[in-house]
Amino acid sequence: MVSSKKTEKIAFFLLFLATLLIVVPVGLIVVIIIKKGIGAISWQFLSDIPRQGMRAGGILPAIVGTIYLVLGALIFALPIGLLAAIYLSEYAKDNYLTRIIKLAIVNLAGVPSVVYGLFGLAIFVVFFKFGTSILSGSLTLGIMILPVIITTSREALESVPYSFREASLSLGASKWQTIRHIVLPNAIPGILTGAILGIGRAAGETAPILFTVAAFYLPQMPKSIFDQAMALPYHLYVISTQVPNVDEKIRYGTALVLLFLVLFMNLIAIIIRYQFRKQKKW
Amino acid sequence: MRKFKEFLIEKLILICGLASIFFVVLIFLFLLKEGLAVFKTVSPAKFLLGSKWYPISEPPQLGILPLILGSLLVTLGAAVISIPIGVASAIYIAEVAPLKLKEILKAGIELLAAIPSVVLGFIGMVTLVPWVKNIFHLPTGLTALSGSIMLAFMAMPTIVSIAEDALYSIPKSYKEGALALGATRWQAIWRVMLPAASSGILAAVMLGLGRVIGETMAVMMITGNAAVIPHSILQPTRTLTATIAAEMGEAVVGSEHYFALFAIGIVLFVISFGINVTADIFLHKRKW
Repeated sequence: MVSSKKTEKIAFFLLFLATLLIVVPVGLIVVIIIKKGIGAISWQFLSDIPRQGMRAGGILPAIVGTIYLVLGALIFALPIGLLAAIYLSEYAKDNYLTRIIKLAIVNLAGVPSVVYGLFGLAIFVVFFKFGTSILSGSLTLGIMILPVIITTSREALESVPYSFREASLSLGASKWQTIRHIVLPNAIPGILTGAILGIGRAAGETAPILFTVAAFYLPQMPKSIFDQAMALPYHLYVISTQVPNVDEKIRYGTALVLLFLVLFMNLIAIIIRYQFRKQKKW
Repeated sequence: MRKFKEFLIEKLILICGLASIFFVVLIFLFLLKEGLAVFKTVSPAKFLLGSKWYPISEPPQLGILPLILGSLLVTLGAAVISIPIGVASAIYIAEVAPLKLKEILKAGIELLAAIPSVVLGFIGMVTLVPWVKNIFHLPTGLTALSGSIMLAFMAMPTIVSIAEDALYSIPKSYKEGALALGATRWQAIWRVMLPAASSGILAAVMLGLGRVIGETMAVMMITGNAAVIPHSILQPTRTLTATIAAEMGEAVVGSEHYFALFAIGIVLFVISFGINVTADIFLHKRKW
């Protein structure tokens, strides 16, 4: 009979090993991409258009395309998401409707990304006739990041103590005045975190933009929101699977720029959250 | 005047509050609008159970059974890898790890969740695929197994964070009670904490696998994209998601092929809806 202390030791060691199996590869992935990609990064790589069928030159149009898409998505999703969060945290009662709204948010977050692509194609490209354009892609990505923005903003709003609201209401302020002048200013860091996480998500997604915006090879800057555009994640997909004989360095370099962009957004979100927790007045 | 303005703002807030419901319904309606047309040419039973997917032959053969089996095979493989590792690491992070290490591990797992799937697909192509090819002496490393391993990684952040929440939300008195009766920490975890958190852990597993079924880019890049009924996990295969992503670019709007890809979208939507609703029910089931 093995002693129970010994069993515990073995069990804890196995649990530790399982955790390493996740965390170590993550570290390796990041290290490999940085190590092999850093050599490709130069001013020319970041500021030039792709040349020779994407086998040389830079990735500027893809970077610019991604920035446009992400900003477009945010302009669409932030107001709706924020107001939805205000509804859930300030107005919603604990009833059936609220339960359904929450379930809808969970479902929206769970819809496969390629299904968002289909939806964007059917509604924006074909039905509204926006064509394959930055506008169609931004709206599709916007709906996709809505759950992220609603959930984080709602947490931020709900973390403002109830006494703040009571004090304001007791001074004769209306409900909206209280929200506008008391609750919102205190929740801004949390809302910002949600917006940034949304940006990070939108910047990295490929499937929703496949049929709504993405141009295979378009070595110029988009001129209007009705233009097609290149985008970083799609560009990485194209040069790693569709175009033969692309220099490894260019692939790793593109992966590094994309990874950096996404992780940088997440890092900012973490810093804001950390600072906010430290300075909390309550 | 101010009253009127506030009335308008509050109505706007209500409308935005309902936006999520609106969008879920809208997505479903538009999938139905474009997808149901395929059933004019092929019966639902033939569509779901047909074993030949040749969408551009004349006449097109639109059976998605190979794709469904491809998705199932890859998901099953990912489940076998990710469930034990994910749950074990959730237990380690929630109950065993010292505080400092816990923060580092959680950050590492958040990092994994943030890496875009196309980047993971790329890394899978250049590292994992050659390994699988060499280890099993295969003609190609682009197999269901490679896809399963990569997808297991993508499921783990979801499984770990939700399972950890479930363990964390068990009242402290449960564990303290067990320890006070002379149980070791491991006995308390194994006999008391895990059963108490079982519905939350089940939900974590379901949501993780939901992410796997819906994953597109990484799968398309490393499973080899052969739309035939898979016989082994060491063969190339193709999933539902990858089929849509790979073929929609060439499908003509309004063609049979186009409708069929939307019908696949309906299947995926229904699967993810089912998973999310069931997981939600499990998450709201509290025994204390």
